[in-house]
Amino acid sequence: MALKVIKPGLLTTIQDLGRTGFQKHGVIMSGAMDPLSLRLANLLVGNEEGEAALEMTLAGPSLKFETDTIFAICGGDLSPTINQKPVPIHRPIYVKRDSVLSFGPAKAGCRGYLAVAGGFDIPKVMGSKSTYLRAGIGGYHGRALEPGDVITYQKQKNILPFFEENEHKNATFCTTDWGIEPYLFHRPKQVVRIIPGPHFEQFTKESREDLFHCKFKVTPQSDRMGYRLSGQLLRLEEQVELLSEAVTFGTIQVPPDGNPIILLADRQTIGGYPKIGQVIDVDIPMIAQLKPGERISFKSVSIFEAERLLLKREMDLKELKAGILLKQMST
Amino acid sequence: MVQLINKLDKEVKITRLSESAVVVSFGEEICFDLHEKVKALTNYLQDHSFVGLIETVPSFTSVTIFYDPIQIYKRERKVNHTNVESPSDFVCASLKEAIQNLEKKDKHRTRIVEIPVCYGGAFGPDLDYVAEHNNLSPEQVVKIHSSGDYLVYMVGFAPGFPYLGGMSGKIATPRKKKPRIEIPQGSVGIAGMQTGVYSLSTPGGWQIIGRTPLDLFLKDKTPPSLLESGDVVRFKPITVEEYDDYKEGS
Repeated sequence: MALKVIKPGLLTTIQDLGRTGFQKHGVIMSGAMDPLSLRLANLLVGNEEGEAALEMTLAGPSLKFETDTIFAICGGDLSPTINQKPVPIHRPIYVKRDSVLSFGPAKAGCRGYLAVAGGFDIPKVMGSKSTYLRAGIGGYHGRALEPGDVITYQKQKNILPFFEENEHKNATFCTTDWGIEPYLFHRPKQVVRIIPGPHFEQFTKESREDLFHCKFKVTPQSDRMGYRLSGQLLRLEEQVELLSEAVTFGTIQVPPDGNPIILLADRQTIGGYPKIGQVIDVDIPMIAQLKPGERISFKSVSIFEAERLLLKREMDLKELKAGILLKQMST
Repeated sequence: MVQLINKLDKEVKITRLSESAVVVSFGEEICFDLHEKVKALTNYLQDHSFVGLIETVPSFTSVTIFYDPIQIYKRERKVNHTNVESPSDFVCASLKEAIQNLEKKDKHRTRIVEIPVCYGGAFGPDLDYVAEHNNLSPEQVVKIHSSGDYLVYMVGFAPGFPYLGGMSGKIATPRKKKPRIEIPQGSVGIAGMQTGVYSLSTPGGWQIIGRTPLDLFLKDKTPPSLLESGDVVRFKPITVEEYDDYKEGS
């Protein structure tokens, strides 16, 4: 079982839910920018939800399936097609060998996640399959995909008998009559909920108000490490020299120039700039799907509200998981 | 002798960074005393892990504790039949208890790591500048730099990159105004009052005075870093020939 990369796209890497346990050695977490979409794609094809998938960015790759394969794409809609025919996202797809999956413009969102049934054969480095580009480790030989790369995967048994029965039909690909609601867990409006950070009170009154009343634009200098925003400049009451300490996914730091940076999957393990806020866990996928040029605004919530929302999302996900399992068995 | 620390420590602050991270800060000053506390808590959590604990990240004066809130929720439901409304409350309570129990032992097993450095020449293009800036000869800079004991406060910024304390103020030099596009792996530099070793080739603005043949980031080893928080580093001057021997031997 294998797929071959014909065109790599803008930035296509192998990611899972990240590398934990090594941050004290300075090894960054990496992992999917939109962990929820990665989990959903895996669930749709019957994998463990933290299995590695392809993270595709804005302009997707062209991939040739060398064997019959079951896959699913979740997250951003990068206009996938097989032999010019549109392929639905958020559904399991059965594709015949020698078919080519291509992508067009990013219609919605910024990052798509492609999971194959069985999971990619990628060796784990420090417990994770995620690509750590700067250190050149993990993923596919520690780098983004290039033309000619061949990624293999295991055949997954017992998945979707429906597809087995349809194997002899003429279509190059087929899908189920069910799928998951696109953006089921994503909030449509671009309002990012944050918990005020440890240095929030040290910003001027004006800056604290601006943070919640003004819009901020995602600049082109935004990548997997962090999103650099532009808008009202955020100023401290007085400049302070802070000691570097640990930061996390979604921490909003403000360097001396006053433009906030939201730290994302490839953030360094520690940071030394004042932390004005923290994006709540359930809103991380929305951030990861923002394209440069888009605007967002911030809303303040308490840590307890953030915890409640996270718990609720995980309960909803558990229900969805049970639903998918039932469908996979009955179709 | 074992003494209890922090029992009445009002300096200790516990802050929630996110739904899955809590920071314990022991103070605001880079000093050995606070470093000992950071080390004590890190060691304590290593020996007394709690359900849901993922990892701890020590820094100069704080320890950040990463945990899985869902695991805490599930466990409390299963074992204690209670619904935890706030996993962070649960973690903060566990940490308060941990801090009460921290023990400061007299004798630490401090690891001393010798790092050979070939100073100056092509490996240390800024050695002359550092000397000039401090009214010293390049030889004096090397002597001062290689005669200190440097404490590893934390590892971060890049994998295996140590934040070292203890450099002599006599060789302190500001960063370069224009950062270099690429500083080779192994480069030993000075930035203000700090000294450090580039564990990966990256852009950077430090004054580069030499290079070590050792790898600080050991991607295929466990742990993947030559140095750990709490280690003591000593730099040993070597010649270009010795540098080459090290490289060949590795």
